[in-house]
This record gives sequence, C-alpha cells and structure tokens, in this order.
Amino acid sequence: MATQELRTEAPGSRDEAAALIADCGRSGQVLRVRGGGTKFEWGTPAADPAVVVSTAGLDQVIAHNEGDLTAILEAGVPLVKAQERFAAAGQMLALDPPLGEGAAATIGGVMATGDSGPLRHRYGAPRDLVLGMTVVLSDGTVAKAGSTVIKNVAGYDLAKLFSASFGTLGLILLVAVRLHPQPRETVTAIGRSDDPELVAKGASALAHASLEKECVDVRWAGSEGAALARLGGATAGPQAEAAARVLTDAGLDTGIVEDDFELWARQRSEQRSADHAVVRVSGRQTELARTIGAAEALGGSLVGRASLGISWITLDPVRIADLRAELAPVKCVVLDAPRDVRASLDVWDAEPSALAERVKQRFDPAGVFAPGTFAGGI
Amino acid sequence: MAQKLIDELRKACGDKNVVTHPHQLRTYESDGLLRYRVTPRAVVLPGSAEEVQAVLRACHAAEVPWVARGSGTGLSGGALPVEEGIVIGVNRMNRVLEVDLPNQRLVVEPGVTNLDVSKAAGPTHFYPPDPSSQIVCSIGGNVAENAGGAHCFKYGFTTNYVTGLELVLPDGELIQIGGKELDQPGYDLLGAFVGSEGTLGIATKITVRVVPVPEAVRTLVAFFDSTSHAGQAVSDIVSAGMVPGAIEMMDSLAIEAAEGATHAGYPADAGAALVVELDGSEAECEHRFEEVKEMCERNAATGIRVAQSEDERALIWKARKAAFAAMGRVSTHYYVQDGVIPRTRLPEVLARIEELSKEYGMRVANVFHAGDGNLHPLVCYDGHTEGEAERAEELSGQILAACVEAGGSITGEHGVGFDKKGYMPRMFDEPDFDAFQRLRCAFDPAGMANPGKVMPTPRLCGEVPGPYRQHPLEAAGIAERF
Repeated sequence: MATQELRTEAPGSRDEAAALIADCGRSGQVLRVRGGGTKFEWGTPAADPAVVVSTAGLDQVIAHNEGDLTAILEAGVPLVKAQERFAAAGQMLALDPPLGEGAAATIGGVMATGDSGPLRHRYGAPRDLVLGMTVVLSDGTVAKAGSTVIKNVAGYDLAKLFSASFGTLGLILLVAVRLHPQPRETVTAIGRSDDPELVAKGASALAHASLEKECVDVRWAGSEGAALARLGGATAGPQAEAAARVLTDAGLDTGIVEDDFELWARQRSEQRSADHAVVRVSGRQTELARTIGAAEALGGSLVGRASLGISWITLDPVRIADLRAELAPVKCVVLDAPRDVRASLDVWDAEPSALAERVKQRFDPAGVFAPGTFAGGI
Repeated sequence: MAQKLIDELRKACGDKNVVTHPHQLRTYESDGLLRYRVTPRAVVLPGSAEEVQAVLRACHAAEVPWVARGSGTGLSGGALPVEEGIVIGVNRMNRVLEVDLPNQRLVVEPGVTNLDVSKAAGPTHFYPPDPSSQIVCSIGGNVAENAGGAHCFKYGFTTNYVTGLELVLPDGELIQIGGKELDQPGYDLLGAFVGSEGTLGIATKITVRVVPVPEAVRTLVAFFDSTSHAGQAVSDIVSAGMVPGAIEMMDSLAIEAAEGATHAGYPADAGAALVVELDGSEAECEHRFEEVKEMCERNAATGIRVAQSEDERALIWKARKAAFAAMGRVSTHYYVQDGVIPRTRLPEVLARIEELSKEYGMRVANVFHAGDGNLHPLVCYDGHTEGEAERAEELSGQILAACVEAGGSITGEHGVGFDKKGYMPRMFDEPDFDAFQRLRCAFDPAGMANPGKVMPTPRLCGEVPGPYRQHPLEAAGIAERF
C-alpha cells in the first residue's frame, strides 16, 4: 500500500482528531493511524483504508516534569525529538527501538506497536513505561486512563491495553511516560564465539549474574556471534570488567568496549530490514542456542534480548515457514517482509481469541480501526 | 434458588469447603479495611482451577454475584462481600507449581503468599514487589491490586512481573493469557487484568518473572529536624541520577509510634527519618552510597546511621515496616490513607496536611514511599467518640483532594475497591468511566464479578447477547443498564 496515494488527514489538534475519528465512526469509514510511517506496513495486509489519520499535527511535548521524571507527549511527537529534550536534563525515556527511515518513529507509533530496543532489559517495554493515555474511540468518546504520576492504581490500566494494539482499538492522542536518569557513562563487555551454545551460555550467565546491567544482548551473523552486556553509572568500567569475567568464565573470547555507541546502534538497527524478512521470536532464555541454531541453519542473522527470550531474526522471506516449523510452538511474528509474503501467511502466528474479539467490539464498535490487520484476524 | 446454588458449590468443592454457618461467615465479612462489613451468603474454598470453573458456572447460572478473596489484607474494601453474594477464597490453591530459574520464571497458584514466592526463587533470585503485608498477602490478591511496596520506585509493580495467567472468566471459561514468554501476539490482556481488583475474573495460575539478587545492598537511615529537609535530600538524590532500591520517609509522629513499638533506635525528637537503600553492583553501590551520605549531610541531617550488618539493616527496616501497626501506641484508632503526588509537590502537600490536621484537631502521621510520591497519611482519631470516625474519614478525603489537586492520584497501591470509588470522579470523567466499562463488559458482560467496586456508580453492560433479563442489581434499583 503506497500511503501517498491514500486520502490522508492530519488533524492539527486533539479536538480535530477526535472529531475526525467520530466522523469516520459515524460514516463507517475504515481508517489506519499513521505516526512516522516507519512501521506502517506491519500487521496483516488489508484492503486500503478510506482514510489514513496522520498524527503529524499532534507533535507537542505537553509537559516535561524534570523533578518528577515524567513527561506528557502528544502521540505524533518524534521519539528522537522527545529524547533531545529529556537529554538536556540528563534524562531519557528508556525506549530505544529502531527509529526507522529518517528517524521518524513517533511516541504514539512506538506505543501502538510495543516496539523496543536493548534498554528493555532493564527498563521494560512501552507498556512498562507508560503511566497514562488519552485515546479517542470510534464513537467519538475521548477517554483517559492511568495518571501522570509514576505510581497509580486507580481505574483500569487501559494504557497497557492500547500499547501494542496496533491502532485497532482507537487513536492514541496523549501519552504520559516515566523517565529515567541517563547513566553517567556506559561501558560494554562483549564475549565472542562461533559456537551458538557458547554464545547462549555466556548470555545466560550474564542474565543470571547479580550485576546491574543496562542491556544484555546477543547477536549472530555469518556463523559467529556474541553476548554483550552494557553497564552504566558512575562506575561503568569496573562493572563491565566484572561482566567480562562472567563471559570469560563461560568460555567466550572476551573484550571491553568503552566507546560503545555504535555497537548498540547496530543491535537496534538490525531489528529492521528493508530487503529481507524480520521475524520476532518470543521464546525463553533457555531456547536461545536453538534459536540461534535455527537462524544459522536458514542462512539468517539474529539480534536479541538474551535474558528476555526475545529475538529478531533476519532471513530470506522464503524461509519463514521453515523457521516457524523449526521453532514451533514458539511464536514467530513477521514484522518486516514484502507485502506478497505477508499476504501469503499469518504474520501474527496467532490463534483467534474470543475474549480479544469482545475487547475489539467494545472499544471499536464501529469496526473502523484497521480491521483485519491484527492478531487472530481482528 | 439459594439452597440449590449452595448444593452445587458443595458438590463442586466438597461439603467442608463451603462455609454457611453465620459465625464462620463473619470471618469473611471484611478485608483489611474493617470499617465495612457485609455478610456473604456463603464462602466457598475451591482447591483447583476446575473447581473455580464449577463455582463460577454455578454463580453465572444462578445470577449470583461473587467476590474473590486472597488473604484478606487489602486496605480498600476490594474483597468486601456483596450482599447475598458468594465469597470465593483462593487460599487452598497455595502450591508453587514450578520453579524455572534457568528461565527466571515461577508458576504459582493464587493463594501462595508474596513472601513464599520470593523464598521459592531464593537465594539466587527474588520477586521484587514487596507490599508490607508480604508475609501473609497472597499473590492472587497482589495481581488483583497490582501490589507495589517499598522497592517499586526502582523495580516496578506486580504488573511489571506477571508474564502469564491462567484465568477463569465469570462465565466459567478457562483461558490462558501470556506465559513464560514475553510479547505473545495479541492484545495485552495481562496489562488489563493485573490491577483490575477482582472485577474481570479469577487468576488460577500465575507466572511471574524473578530477578537476580543484587550483588550489594547498602542501607542507611538519616534523621532530620523537618520533613522539608528530608524531602530536599530526596530531591537531591533523585536529581543526581540515582534510583535507590528504596527511599522511605517517616515524620515525627510516625517515628514516635514506630520507635515505641520496635526500639530500633530512632531518636524520639527527630522531625523526619529517611531510609535509603541502594542496591546493585558492588562498585556502583559503594560509590553512590557516599554521595547519598553527603546529600543527607548537606541537607542538615542531624544523624546518619549506616547498617553495618544484615541485622542492623533489618532493624532499620523494622521501624519502617512497623509504622502502620505501631500507630496503635499513639491513637486508639487510625485511618490509613494512600495517595500519590508528583514528588516535587511534597512540601506544599505536607503543609496542606498539617493545615487540615490543625483544622480537624486530629493528629496525622505521615509515612511515604518518597521516591515515587506515594503518601500514607495515618489519621488518628478516637473511635469511642461519636462522629470522630466520620470526621477522620472526611479529613482523609480532604488529603486525597489535595493529592489530586497537586496532579496526583487517589491511590498508589491500595486500590479503589469499595472505599475509594466515591473519589474516582476527582480523577476521571464520565467518558473515562465509559471506557473502563467497555473493558469490564468484554470480560464480564453479566456483571457478576465483584460488583459495586472500583466504579463510582454501578453500571451494567448493554448489548448482552440473548433475550433481556433483569439483572439483580437492576431489580434492586441500584444499577442502570446503558
């Protein structure tokens, strides 16, 4: 679907956005929400929507409460812009997914897709960092849930329900998030090997070590791989040395990388591919060696969050079915892939859920939010 | 009708696991909030997911509402029975089913206590959410309330640690959401369920993530002559980029009570005590701990005690953890409040609490999770004097109003339950309640799961499939269908 050929509306305010959604709901016009457009192709390919609702006009940082380490952002704020603002105060929103072409990914898009990067090891996914949300539903209801403080249990946690819902329940207008202090410095310990078992062993040893890691990742490409731990704080160097000892003990060829920005930028960027398929594998820590082995056997490469069991495998799209067969029953969600490939299989690798369907019907009674694009045929 | 349901419960769970004797029922008439009491029609104690299914199917067929209950330590009346309803106690379901440390996961039944979850993961791992009631509170209750605790500023809440649930929906259907793996395709129903206060179903199996025990833990308690100095120390620590494992404050009245009860060595004349615990890598802890000490000194700490051993650490925590219970030493009755503010608004909110305390002529002790701005004011009153309980409640409500006005929340960890539903409109508007109700209707269209909690006014779900039948709450004139 070439988005430029579709009718696109970019409301300039939250009120305008709410009116537009209500209008779509009333008239039954199918819509798709677009943030930076970097993940617009994800999900099940579906018929063209009547309208693409762009959040480009909702780009205000409503509040950055430095002392409270919180912020309120409109959905269309590019993540990179928000991070610049937070960084000026020595803070960060601890979400570092790949930002896509032109670093255009928005906070709304990252929330809606639940996308994350290496920082997830310590700080969690978008669902873990969102404090509250304001959304507009297809009948025009503008509702908020959660709060703008870092601790709150009043009301249902709809912000989590809307995170990773791929724009199928409603339009996210505002997001309140928790921020964290940026580590003073970071240093990375890396352990390399050409044996998937050893890489997995090193990664597991890091995951179980009583060190406080910012990130614990794994990578595999071209028949060799590595386990990596990023340590941060005022004493990142000595901590990284301790992590390196863990990797050495696991039998890996170990080194320390002080200027580690590029290393981690690569871990992030390899979660995407313009010309191959990227499959997100939701596995377990103990299955890492098998997952790496499958990637290697199918000519693919892998980056992953070693202790979380989540991996991104880049491979030839024709090998997706083989990968799934190899790793079943582990869920393998296809993210990037040519449209014809995505149309030929269930990108979600999911069974229908009656409960999820009821959730969809309740929140999107008009059925206009990207029908047929989500897991289980929703 | 009533007898038929009770017969079915007996058939499903065994005679001895169905309580109907009026004296025995009284055990269940309140949770940890004793001000509200409702005697249920019966209490049933299922021993398995299948029995929970049978119980919910029977209640569904009989159109009898029910309330799930863990250990009954909740402080918001969330497990308060419903008149003529059934209480479903999960305490018999108390097995740790699987300790899978290689994957850093535990699978437990809902009646397992919070502390036993952490113990099962030890000594190499622990389960971070640690409410003060952790010795007795159940993990099922923790899931319902999205329990927090002293360590959640750094480590997060129950919702950040539950990766999978086996649930029985109110119509008796058994479903799985999530598992040991993260990011399973589909809606984040885990996120929606955790913290739903027993209104969406009953969790019968809970998979949680556990994390490695930190390499080092350093704990100190610093004393100040006022909460404003202690508060400034907290701000300095957080501004310096530290995220302490715990950072807890007590004011003078709380110190007086806790010291009287525990003899932990807190000076009786201190205006504020600040417990700071750093954990993590050894090198980082050591380095940062010195900074914390300097910051306390810079803010005119009158004394700093650093725990030199595990025993000394336990003693420091003993006073903090005993603070609620110790209030009995300074007041015959007290009302525990749970509000949240943006931490930077602490001075003005404390000033407002002091103002209210004077206005009402009631002493208010303050215990806070200072890092995340979660206040626990304890309103002291004499329950033997008529009208005092009501005035204490009113004062307590004024404190919540101050929290919301400062941009905070009416509850940080105790939940809304029955007690705070009337305050919900201070935070939320009608369209927000409408959105909440949509979630509830997706899980429980018949409205049988813990009705009368969380939402300020009872609501029913429209578009219930099948022919219209009058709901019991509708018949009683306490809910409307829309």
